[in-house]
Amino acid sequence: MTKDEIRGIVLHVLGQVAPEADLSKLKPNLRIRDQLDIDSMDLLNIIIALHKELHVEIPEADYSKLATLDDCIAYLGTALGSG
Amino acid sequence: MTAGKLLRWRKNLGDRIQRGDIIADVETDKADIEIEVFTSGVIERFLVQPGEKVPVGTVLAIIQEEGRPSVAGAPPISAVRPRMPTPAIPSVPAPAISGLRAPSEVISSRLRISPAAKKLAADVGIDPASITGTGPEGRVTLEDVQRAQAQGAQRAAGVVLDRAARMRQVIAAAMARSKREIPHYYLSTTIDMSRALTWLTQENLKRPVEDRLVYGALLLKAVALALRETPELNSIWMDGKAIQCPDVHVGVAISLRGGGLVAPALKHTDHLSIDELMKNFRDLIQRARAGSLRSSELSDPTVTVTSLGEQGVEVVFGIIYPPQVALVGFGKVVERPWSSDGKIVSRPVITATLSADHRVSDGHRGGIFLSALDRMLREPEKL
Repeated sequence: MTKDEIRGIVLHVLGQVAPEADLSKLKPNLRIRDQLDIDSMDLLNIIIALHKELHVEIPEADYSKLATLDDCIAYLGTALGSG
Repeated sequence: MTAGKLLRWRKNLGDRIQRGDIIADVETDKADIEIEVFTSGVIERFLVQPGEKVPVGTVLAIIQEEGRPSVAGAPPISAVRPRMPTPAIPSVPAPAISGLRAPSEVISSRLRISPAAKKLAADVGIDPASITGTGPEGRVTLEDVQRAQAQGAQRAAGVVLDRAARMRQVIAAAMARSKREIPHYYLSTTIDMSRALTWLTQENLKRPVEDRLVYGALLLKAVALALRETPELNSIWMDGKAIQCPDVHVGVAISLRGGGLVAPALKHTDHLSIDELMKNFRDLIQRARAGSLRSSELSDPTVTVTSLGEQGVEVVFGIIYPPQVALVGFGKVVERPWSSDGKIVSRPVITATLSADHRVSDGHRGGIFLSALDRMLREPEKL
């Protein structure tokens, strides 16, 4: 899976969890949590949705490695063996 | 909330429905909500059409109840009224059924539409009855539907702002009423969360991702169980006196990114297992964000919980949402020096606050509630 494909899936998942958010303004190198006002329940919903879409098991201890959009793409790329 | 606009009927005339079915969607100042029915039977008449705005309490439809055969002149009917949250300002009395438009008029006017226009209207989700026809005898033409579609797209941009402004007004009215009428008292306690958080981390290690818990679920369950020990706080104030609620429906304050907040009920919170509670909590948040809450979820809360810890708040001083008589607030979990067995250690702690109505309870009872809450959170495996 290419980085662009992963980016597309992450944005799709963010759109599902935060339907009121404007994803076009999301900066890839800043914390998603701050930009989209994500709380711990939203975060869990994002992790669950990523698991469903990509079949990647993300342990709770790794949540901090998914802070920004760039972080997500790098982490998921590695997990999927295409990073 | 004083009025709602019927967006669509989800059932048709003659449909058999069961208690608990969702039969309509209604737009209100607070959110779009789903209207449930509280009886089973067959839909006999619709009294309100999509697009109509009616006061809270208006009868929306007539249901022929099951197992009770109709008697000429006096059919056993059940009226569908949306259960709305108690209005922040007095609602207008429901109009008499005879004052509403006869359904037959609506049906006949709906029929004057060309097949192409009807298909496009269905495809783009526009109610043909809401379009002014410019064809012969007021017939709705394809161009009429296309024009309505373009106008709808233009209006949609303004709707979000409009909704936020109206929600602000509703919150303003409820909060002003609360501060005007309710003599609040405030108590707080600091709770050691180390056992709860350790238990949570260990549980989540064992669980597949979709079954993981957030600590907010523990807080809600602990509040619900503590309320059982202090039922005065699980009451509503109505007509000059407190009425204890038989069930504990904790209202969960959920802030919306577009501004404003809703606090729908997590029903029977005290009876839910932690897994059921977590599942329902997740579902409630997702539906609140998507604007698809049910009417009873907005009307049923018996107490509200607001957690502002994720915004960095340490202590919450909440305002009670009338007619409720208590609100529980949680701040963020912070590491603090803590005395344990004669030693000073570092512990994750949270500050829980109670805002309560002094007409209904006293500080002593409030203190018992916070003490019970503390005990519940120190025994997370029992939640």
